[in-house]
Amino acid sequence: MIHIEGLYKRFGGYEVLKGVNLHVRRGKTRVILGISGSGKTVLMKHMIGLLKPDRGAVKVDGEDICKLDDKGMLQVRRKFGMVFQQAALFDSMTVGDNVAFPLREHTKLSPEEVARKVAEKLDVVGLNGAEAKFPSELSGGMRKRVGLARALVLEPTCVLYDEPTTGLDPITTENVDQMILEASAKLKVTSVVISHDIGSAMHVADDIAVIHQGVIVEDCPADALRQSRHPFVQKFLATWFGKQ
Amino acid sequence: MNAVVAKLKGALEFAGQATLDFFTEVGLVTQFMARILSASVRPPYRVKLLLQQAEFVGVGSVFIILLTGFFTGAVFTLQSAQAFQRVGMESMVGSTVLLAVARELAPVLTSLMVTGRVGSAMATELGTMRVTEQIDAMEVLAVDPINYLVVPRVFASAVMVPCLSLIFLVVATVGSFIVGVSVLGIDEGAFMARIEWFLDPFDFTHGLYKAIVFGVVLSLIGCYKGYNAAGGARGVGMATTQAVVIGSISIFVLDYVLTSILLIGAPD
Repeated sequence: MIHIEGLYKRFGGYEVLKGVNLHVRRGKTRVILGISGSGKTVLMKHMIGLLKPDRGAVKVDGEDICKLDDKGMLQVRRKFGMVFQQAALFDSMTVGDNVAFPLREHTKLSPEEVARKVAEKLDVVGLNGAEAKFPSELSGGMRKRVGLARALVLEPTCVLYDEPTTGLDPITTENVDQMILEASAKLKVTSVVISHDIGSAMHVADDIAVIHQGVIVEDCPADALRQSRHPFVQKFLATWFGKQ
Repeated sequence: MNAVVAKLKGALEFAGQATLDFFTEVGLVTQFMARILSASVRPPYRVKLLLQQAEFVGVGSVFIILLTGFFTGAVFTLQSAQAFQRVGMESMVGSTVLLAVARELAPVLTSLMVTGRVGSAMATELGTMRVTEQIDAMEVLAVDPINYLVVPRVFASAVMVPCLSLIFLVVATVGSFIVGVSVLGIDEGAFMARIEWFLDPFDFTHGLYKAIVFGVVLSLIGCYKGYNAAGGARGVGMATTQAVVIGSISIFVLDYVLTSILLIGAPD
């Protein structure tokens, strides 16, 4: 579904991505693991065209999105949903309006149908009846769930998750992991998760890539990650498995 | 000698960097304007958002414009009456005040007030949306943020600032009349006759053209600064300050440029 070839990106004098190659298989969950500042979020923003690379290509269903104009990019983005690290809900709108926003923008559904779909998606993320609340009235975990409901409402083929479990308590983390698994299983979406949460990554991933200093240093099926011989991957995994 | 060369080199580097930064900013603003133009002719046309912004920019600013307009007309009348009394031409007070208000004070002071109230709010709102990734979220949801957020604000300002300028003019005239006729005792007939005799429709259109341009510029700067804000709360604060400072200075500079151009076509 997504194919990244030789991606380079520099901000000022700092080179964040140094020739990243990555493939995301359709219908699978791909986790990109890395420490803070390793280039994970920058890599994800390239996948959806929020950033343009200095060099390299990002192909979505075979089409290089780096060469698209604004109009073409909007078309490609219809295939994606994204759950932001801080949820990025529109704070001047209610939860219901946030989830309804993509429907009102891109479909001709009647207000009743929109309300029904919104209620349905909020139910999927366990927030039924929260339509009238404002984002400021919700906890971090609830905001993330609203973010997921908004990302799923147009039934995209791919959902990107930016650090979905960062800053959450263990129970909410478990719920978010479950939510990602259910979205993949029930809706058959391709998922890309960026995270530094090894436990959560091992729970949800089909494939894992580890990014370090702007380079993918390991790329393998999730169950093969522990066999990695790369020193950084071993050190990184030891922070989690060492405690088990 | 080496120290002098080093200082000279430093000064040249500074000047070079400043020039480069200036032209980079000009390029970015031009690009931003081109995106606004392109987004404004492409559907969807967001009439509801335009009306919401028109209410915020226009209706929300009426009270401060009423106050500013009334007292500007009143104070200007007090000052000019004292000057005209020295040469025995008090009947010219009304027409002089109105000429100045119609051509200069109404568009300029209205725009400055709107910059303080609306330009800053635009920069803060869009800046907060930028640093909390709400603008990114909008892009990811395949909605063009320029079309959704910026176009309605710029168009609403282009329409409402001239309307507010007109209200300013009317209220300033009332203020001038009350102070001139009721307080200073200038003859009512002479006060009004001089206005009719002295003022031309050009004086009013002159002010309106300026108000349209100022409305576009103040909203453009507010939106541009907010849209490109970075660096959390501090970045939003800086964007807001810059929107007000650059917006206000731009109004004064543009006022001179526009006056020079408009006076070429002025009737004798």
